[in-house]
Amino acid sequence: MTRFINGLLHLRRGPWELVASLLIALGVAMLMQPYLLWLYTWSFVVTLVGTVMFIVVSHFPE
Amino acid sequence: MSDTPIERVAKATPPTVARRIRGLSDRTIAWLFVAPTIFLLLAINIFPLIWTVNLSFTNFRANRPNKEVEYVGLQNYERILTDGDIWLTMQATAHFLFWTLFFQVLIGFTLAWLINRKFRGNDLWTTIIVLPMMLSPAVVGNFWTFLYQPQIGLFNYVVEFFTGIPASSFQMIGDVALAPWSIVIVDTWMWTPFVMLICLAGLRSIPDYIYEAAAIDRASKWRQFWTITIPMVLPFLMLAVLFRGIENFKMFDLVVQLTGGGPGSVTELTSINLKREAFEKWRTGYASAYAIILFVTVFGLASIYVKALNKVKER
Repeated sequence: MTRFINGLLHLRRGPWELVASLLIALGVAMLMQPYLLWLYTWSFVVTLVGTVMFIVVSHFPE
Repeated sequence: MSDTPIERVAKATPPTVARRIRGLSDRTIAWLFVAPTIFLLLAINIFPLIWTVNLSFTNFRANRPNKEVEYVGLQNYERILTDGDIWLTMQATAHFLFWTLFFQVLIGFTLAWLINRKFRGNDLWTTIIVLPMMLSPAVVGNFWTFLYQPQIGLFNYVVEFFTGIPASSFQMIGDVALAPWSIVIVDTWMWTPFVMLICLAGLRSIPDYIYEAAAIDRASKWRQFWTITIPMVLPFLMLAVLFRGIENFKMFDLVVQLTGGGPGSVTELTSINLKREAFEKWRTGYASAYAIILFVTVFGLASIYVKALNKVKER
């Protein structure tokens, strides 16, 4: 966990890509879940943030 | 001594052209070769994408090109993301996507594993299994509507034969609960061979000596399957899931031909809904925003999937 947080603080690719991937997965789950409309409403914002973050952080050093 | 092909081409080049090229650096020549492809990519992919993003913030209607276009900000996105009907199409797409991938991977891998065993008529069976994939989706959709007919269709009678449920007591396409499964069955029937072929390529790429070494170490067949077969086929399997996932996310022709999105809108997948908004209701700006939402979703999913695939390959 400490390594993960250190990676985030030092702008390392691995942990940031993990955060971006989790955001994308969360966004897609929110988009397609059948339970709460407000989750569906905010899904696109979450997916978009995750996708843009993924593109940016994939240029970070290992 | 005979000339090499490169020397022959060099001699055939007119002196004026040769002089001009001689003055160019390797990098410039490389750019000259790549430029047409980049130009086509920009013209066919990137420009329409940027244009769609631009349209998604407007109230543009393609059937009224002379009407003044107004910028409406995020209104189209807001309307889509609060629309209960579009939410239902997303759920229909999720159902279709999840179950088609599940069945195709399960059946495709099993078939590949069976076909990979050496037996007589192996090639003939491979050809027979691959046949559905070669048909047009429109044709498949059309003949499955006949197979699903409750009175004359074969499907209901096959179900009756195996389960005892009377053939005339249910309608696959007409029933709200069964219609989503009817499109899953047809897509699985059509595209399982594709997954099977990719898995077969993966299985055939595993050298026999690995199994022989495992057998010498007294590894059971079950252990060989989980520690050799599955890890070595996994990158191929993931590639198949990626291809099928993207394809099924934008599934259109097969479902339109089979159910037309009905009954009601239970099989109306996002691509069908999008087409209706864009080319039946002519709400081009609204449909552009819809397309952008789908694009970002597929792009995001594909990104994390490719990352996972690379990790599996490295392992």
